[in-house]
Amino acid sequence: MPPPTSPREAAPAPPAEARDGDPGGAGPGTAAARAPAKDVRPDAAVEAFRRAAPGRLPVPLLAAVLAAALLLSLLCAVALGASGIGWDDTTRYLRAGLTGGRVTAEERPAYTIVWELRFPRALLAAVVGAGLAAVGVAVQAMVRNALADPFVLGISSGAAVGANAVLLFGAFAGLGVWALSAGAFVAALGAMGLVYAVARTAYGLTPLRLVLTGTALYYAFTAVTTLMVFAAEHGEAARSAMMWLLGGLGGASWASLPIAAAAVAAGLAHLLLAAGRLNALAMGDETAAALGVDAPRLRRELFLTTAAVTGAVVAVSGAIGFVGLMVPHATRMLIGADHRRVLVVAPLLGAVLLVWVDVLSRTVLAPTELPVGVLTAVIGVPCFLLLMRRRGGGPAFGGA
Amino acid sequence: MRVDVDAVTVEAAGATLVRDVTLHAGNGELVGLVGPNGSGKSSLLRCVYRAARPSAGTVRLDGDDLRALTPRESARRLAALPQEGVGEFAFTVAEVVEMGRLPRQRATARTTDADRRVCAAALARVGAAHLAGRGYPELSGGEKQRVLIARALAQEPRVLVLDEPTNHLDIAQQLEVLALVRASGLTVLTALHDLNLAAVHCDRLHVIDHGAIVASGPPHDVLTPELLADVFGVRAHRVRHPESGAVQLLFDRLPR
Repeated sequence: MPPPTSPREAAPAPPAEARDGDPGGAGPGTAAARAPAKDVRPDAAVEAFRRAAPGRLPVPLLAAVLAAALLLSLLCAVALGASGIGWDDTTRYLRAGLTGGRVTAEERPAYTIVWELRFPRALLAAVVGAGLAAVGVAVQAMVRNALADPFVLGISSGAAVGANAVLLFGAFAGLGVWALSAGAFVAALGAMGLVYAVARTAYGLTPLRLVLTGTALYYAFTAVTTLMVFAAEHGEAARSAMMWLLGGLGGASWASLPIAAAAVAAGLAHLLLAAGRLNALAMGDETAAALGVDAPRLRRELFLTTAAVTGAVVAVSGAIGFVGLMVPHATRMLIGADHRRVLVVAPLLGAVLLVWVDVLSRTVLAPTELPVGVLTAVIGVPCFLLLMRRRGGGPAFGGA
Repeated sequence: MRVDVDAVTVEAAGATLVRDVTLHAGNGELVGLVGPNGSGKSSLLRCVYRAARPSAGTVRLDGDDLRALTPRESARRLAALPQEGVGEFAFTVAEVVEMGRLPRQRATARTTDADRRVCAAALARVGAAHLAGRGYPELSGGEKQRVLIARALAQEPRVLVLDEPTNHLDIAQQLEVLALVRASGLTVLTALHDLNLAAVHCDRLHVIDHGAIVASGPPHDVLTPELLADVFGVRAHRVRHPESGAVQLLFDRLPR
């Protein structure tokens, strides 16, 4: 830490006003303390403060661009695929689906591909990407660790146990097509309860205990899953269990969309309402308390929200890694750490990313599908490293 | 605004960290809390800014029991600089100061120009307006402390609670922080390590040892060689500051 060199730097309050060029300002003291709002040139100061972060992108513009990109991406995702349906037909089928229009009998198969397979799948990719990104932001603030992601709490690996019980042993068979989602979601909630019960102390949930408990149970759940795959009799079931662990949207249908979308929307709404408090929480529990935020209570709320959203998302898409870790980081590099901004941009970025990743996963080696986790890494890592190098590692990563 | 700490006891994990402490800080008074490491200064202050709840006793702001106020309400009256490393998130200085508006904003509210005006003024008051666009983690220790004081001022509080605000600062920065705190005109309750700084800057001192108050009063009355031997286990001589006349302490080497 460099010591102040000039007498000005070392001098106490009086030079503060002088240095900021406000000859008319009130001096320090009681009066000024009661009314700090009045003692600087108002508008110049407000403008300077508003523009305080040079080089950062304006959030409304970025959000608008990303929203437009998301719509375009969804359209592309519906149009692109192994079956070679043209753009004109794609838009016509989409319009038919959206407005209840008619298609001829020979168009049926192509219409089904567009409306029943690709469109819900693209929408689900957007929902899952947005959900994972939002949850990643929340978890990182909650455990005050930029390396945390939605999976660090052990919830997704818990969900994997449930999903595998369904895939390998036919659990929840009575629920039909919902069995896999139900198994994963119930197991995710069970895992959440377990992590919470183990991690909580008399002082509430502390970040370190949450991370350690989540990580320990992650390994426990993963061991159970591995054992289940190992013990499974049929190879095909073991393969689908493996695919589920790697994550993917192959199982998407209109039926899988509403619950995931509702959970992500509700979770995101909660997080946006908590965004200001998330800033305080990220600074530390003591600071949060000083700013009127009950940190233990906020952490409990966040734990519930992130667990429910993670559970709902993992139930329909498997364990898709990387998005929840990297998208929040990339967002912070673009617009800074303020959660009120990050929580607007990160979900959009996550949605666009996952829509495109899913397109690639089903087109690159068509008709074989690549696991989404492989592609999130292949696309995300270089983008991320490039962004990090260009920004010189800071200030998004902190200098201290 | 008056702060009353009344018979506060803090227990944690079977240990009594603060035992039956009663003290007050009157309107506009700068009250210091001194004592050896682990004597309970931080534990007591945490009860005042509500990071902890006392096991017994009450803390009152102008007569109102803290427990009857919501955390947001008390954060509008009382701001604090906790002793805490600030996480790894790279907020800008402007963002850090804006957090001070949190207890005065609704969850759905966006930062208004009125908020920015308060924040800009707070930064200017601590002489840090030029830092607004910098990343908070990149700042020097003295700059960080100034920014945190600005954040506290942005809360527009009546009371300021500080936990060793001069730690890790060089002497010029220490003097600057205390001058800023004094210039705020707020009621101030601060833990301090440096007894000579405390002697010069505080209106009154409370000496805390093993969780209990052992002496209270103006620095001149409290900082006696006997008390320093008892509480800190050091031998000290009192001298007067040649200009201000404030009591200052010179310490002997420990006997071999």
